[in-house]
Amino acid sequence: MSLALQTFSSVKDANTALQAPGTRYLGGGTLVVRAANEGDVSTSSLVRVTDSGFSQIAVAGGKVRLGASVTMAAIASHPELAALTPAARAIGGPAIRNMATVGGNLFAPAPYGDFAVALLALDATVVTEDGETPIEAFLAGRDTSRAIVTAVGFALPKTESFRFLKVSRVKPKGVSVLSIAALLQLAADGTVVSARIALGCMADRPIRAAAAEKALLGCKLTPREIAPALAAAGEGIAPITDPIASAWYRAEVLPVHLGRLLSN
Amino acid sequence: MAKVPVQFTLNGSENAEFIESGTTLLNALRDKIGDTSPKGGCHQGTCGACSVIIDGELKLSCLTLAETCNGADIKTTAGLAEGGVLHPLQRAFLDAFATQCGFCTPGMIMAAKVLLDRTPNPSREDVVDALSGNICRCTGYEPIIQAVLVAARANSRTAA
Repeated sequence: MSLALQTFSSVKDANTALQAPGTRYLGGGTLVVRAANEGDVSTSSLVRVTDSGFSQIAVAGGKVRLGASVTMAAIASHPELAALTPAARAIGGPAIRNMATVGGNLFAPAPYGDFAVALLALDATVVTEDGETPIEAFLAGRDTSRAIVTAVGFALPKTESFRFLKVSRVKPKGVSVLSIAALLQLAADGTVVSARIALGCMADRPIRAAAAEKALLGCKLTPREIAPALAAAGEGIAPITDPIASAWYRAEVLPVHLGRLLSN
Repeated sequence: MAKVPVQFTLNGSENAEFIESGTTLLNALRDKIGDTSPKGGCHQGTCGACSVIIDGELKLSCLTLAETCNGADIKTTAGLAEGGVLHPLQRAFLDAFATQCGFCTPGMIMAAKVLLDRTPNPSREDVVDALSGNICRCTGYEPIIQAVLVAARANSRTAA
């Protein structure tokens, strides 16, 4: 392995260094060091930032701001982020959760990136030096994105309105067959007023189940009323095939698991 | 490749080395310092054989660059025994036949140590969760889980 690590105290200097060919940003190392260990020689230089703000979690006025270097373990143990604990704990084993970062998860290719699925359902914004980008647009352009992510922000969901499910063959730690996150707002009578559903492993990156979201509006979460949404869940998906599951299998079981998530 | 200085505490002893930039902590520990207790299994963050404790947190040394550990306090299984007396976890692993080839054992013991440091009386579920990032291909997991539970009981007897 031939890697050179450059450490900067400011994001601006690190962003400049990141423009050089063959340079990637080092977060927790679970993606870029892993790639280097696997023999990926396309990266010759790594850049990191030691700014303490990158590791800070701020919860105020119903808003959450997670620094890009905040780890999954830090989220899972934060008393005010209980709604996100299932999503943070879905990532790897204990050691991986102590290393894997929020910023890195935004770039994790399927079948990884389950936390980004949660962030997509939460309609998070991704913060860089260039400003704030809605997560959907950020994920769509992440392959060519060269600006260092400094934080993500989102409105803190009520525990009862945010649901997350990761399906894996090995428990408690296993790679995703699929993951689903749903932010649901229900009226007093249990009717869905708004729905935002994100899917993992249904493309090379997290995507929204737009047709299912639309079909859920005005429904109560009963098996009969959610049936049209489940039937629409597969619209626009292009699941991955890997050693965990085929695209066919993932597409077949998606409505089943979405149904379980909605019925709980 | 330019060499960079790295300084950290390993099992209570100060270490200072010049390493090639980009060297993983696993390679620095094994090849430069000579602590071969962390094992290089998958180098992908999947097997947990390289697990070490950095500043009290379980981390994978194969995915950690050594130069990010400047000033850190690092613990490996090689530092557990005191004066030739095995740590209760090591003793329990031997007694419960929780080692066969032994390759996964140092990583398992590091993961278990972090658990017992924070949760002295863990449930079986706690142990399974704590070891979920560590793979064993020989013994099966049952003797390993039992060993950690036995060590926890031994610890609580000592504390009482």
